[in-house]
Amino acid sequence: MKLIDVGVGEIVKVEKNTAHNYLKERFLALGLTKGADVEVLRKGPKNNLTVYRIRGAMIALRNEESSLIEVL
Amino acid sequence: MGLTAQSVKMESLKDIYEIEKCEKQYIVALAGNPNTGKSTVFNYLTGLNQHTGNWPGKTVVSARGEFKHNNNEYIMVDLPGSYSLFTASKDEEVTRDFLCYGNYDAVVVVADATCLERNLNLVFQVSELTNKLILCINLIDEAKKKNIEIDKEGLQKELNIPIVLTSARSGEGMNELKKLIEETSQNKSNEEKAENLLYFEQDPELREKISEDNYNYANGLKQKYVKEDIKKLNRDKKIDDIVTSKKLGIPIMLVLLGLVFWITIQGANIPSQILADLLFGFQYKLNDIFISYGVNDFVRGVLIDGMYLSLAWVVSVMLPPMAIFFPLFTLFEDLGYLPRVAFNLDHMFKKACAHGKMCLTMCMGFGCNAAGVIGCRIIDSPRERLIAIITNNLVPCNGRFPLIIIISAAFFASTGSFVDSIIPALSITLMVLTGVFSTLAVSFVLSKTLLKGIPSTFTLELPPYRAPQVGRIIYSSIIDRTIFVLSRAVAVAAPAGAITWLLANIYVGDMSILIHMANFLDPLGKIIGLDGFILIAFIAGFPANEIVIPVMLMAYMSTGTLTDFESIESLRQILISNGWTAITAINVMLFSLLHWPCSTTLWTIKKETGSLKWTFAAFLIPTAVTFVVCFITANIFRLIW
Repeated sequence: MKLIDVGVGEIVKVEKNTAHNYLKERFLALGLTKGADVEVLRKGPKNNLTVYRIRGAMIALRNEESSLIEVL
Repeated sequence: MGLTAQSVKMESLKDIYEIEKCEKQYIVALAGNPNTGKSTVFNYLTGLNQHTGNWPGKTVVSARGEFKHNNNEYIMVDLPGSYSLFTASKDEEVTRDFLCYGNYDAVVVVADATCLERNLNLVFQVSELTNKLILCINLIDEAKKKNIEIDKEGLQKELNIPIVLTSARSGEGMNELKKLIEETSQNKSNEEKAENLLYFEQDPELREKISEDNYNYANGLKQKYVKEDIKKLNRDKKIDDIVTSKKLGIPIMLVLLGLVFWITIQGANIPSQILADLLFGFQYKLNDIFISYGVNDFVRGVLIDGMYLSLAWVVSVMLPPMAIFFPLFTLFEDLGYLPRVAFNLDHMFKKACAHGKMCLTMCMGFGCNAAGVIGCRIIDSPRERLIAIITNNLVPCNGRFPLIIIISAAFFASTGSFVDSIIPALSITLMVLTGVFSTLAVSFVLSKTLLKGIPSTFTLELPPYRAPQVGRIIYSSIIDRTIFVLSRAVAVAAPAGAITWLLANIYVGDMSILIHMANFLDPLGKIIGLDGFILIAFIAGFPANEIVIPVMLMAYMSTGTLTDFESIESLRQILISNGWTAITAINVMLFSLLHWPCSTTLWTIKKETGSLKWTFAAFLIPTAVTFVVCFITANIFRLIW
């Protein structure tokens, strides 16, 4: 499953980071490493951004980005 | 090729990273995740006033300051916030390179006590580079409020690096931090770990593995040494559920914006009146004194009717709204509201093919467009950075807000009833929205023409809300912004006042030079719903937009209709007697909102883009926009009136 498909309120574990180059490094830096817990907090206006709790911080990602994270 | 000093040209780096120091001087670098309070630590130690605010990416260039402790001098370098040393956004590069090649004697990694797990990743990375490392766990006051407990002793033992718990805002733990800096930087036995530069050139898979290990370790440490209270942790979530919700997010934002302007206008009324009475009263006294000493009329005119009068206007018209507006704006910045604005508006910026962070640089533009242009460094993609730079001027800065506030207060207020008092606030809010809309529209057009491309990737951190420090806000927004802006305005207003008076009083033929100029520009002005005098004022405002109103008033008054200025009401009278209507007022506000950038901003754009072509574009595009928009509004108005 991809992170983009996870419903609000659910907590999932990161399985794979399929982004490349700069974005991949940014994901890793934010703590989206294999096994990390991610909680889906809320969708923003127009369902464009979604807020996730990652490693204790609130991070908003666009759909383009969250579709690159595979989760379990 | 590996990332070595040679491969990145050590020679050129030397100037930047080899900070010159004498004996008894030590260099201390401040690093850390974005938004952990590095700048607050920096300010506390050095006594400087580096601007602080609750949003990631605020410090884009490294600041430097000094402090003395036990007869030694410490040079502090405040590095831009970075999540990791692996990534390479422009500002993170500065941090990485300094930590790799800088000649520092100690590194303080500032971590957010409320988000330790994420912050530890950087600590591990820095510890691979140097053992002259101090971990400063900051915002401990916020952690206490959230019932987060950190076992400092245990963590210190396990990590084997000195740790200090601080709250830089209140000064808690800062003496201990100074002591640790002293001990660490004077410890000669510290060995260089430069060979670990290789650590950053590992292949991507290994880097992923390292990150994973780091984070797993950090997670373990957190389980072991940090106690959290789930109930308290959800406080921010509850606020955000409303403030950034699908339905209420944008309406709440607009209401807050309108409220800020309403408070500004209402609050500025009386102080403005008092200042005007005082300053214009003094003008008569000055006049009497000059006359009693038999000073030449011409000299008196230049000094009093020119210089003094324009100064008095700048102060009485600008000071009160600024002194109210800036603290309010800073309040929201400190609370952590700006990233929420970026969150709510992101779908629009995405549609405009602009970078998501452009919303933040746009908000910086409300303070000062030159600062906003520099802030665009947080955007990595050159295409999107250029768009952000060129469009930054389309939101009103410090220097233009007072004009918009004053004109709408004079024209759309206020017999005193509550409903009446809302109208100016509403019209200013509409102006700001027009600015935001123009920003988006111009970005969209640029993305489809000159700067083609799709928006690049984007991650936005919503930092925890923090209780603002009201005292510091008032101090910093009055010292940093109000006084700074006002003194710049005064410095320009005095000579501009003198020149305007001279132009208005030196006659060529049967008209003054000023009238000749106004007559020349009048047809152009009329086309876009303005007049020649207004255009002269905006041209005169090129060095500083703050002087547009004084120059305009002086130009009008020199034509002899009115010579006294006492209140907003008399301002209204002056304008109306010079043929102003509601549409003139609207178009002057629009023109001020959208017109060319001031000279400081243009100079900054030249520096940031390094290109004359784009600097010229940054001048031409807003100018074209303002003429088109004003032309359209003027003509629509003519049709329906």
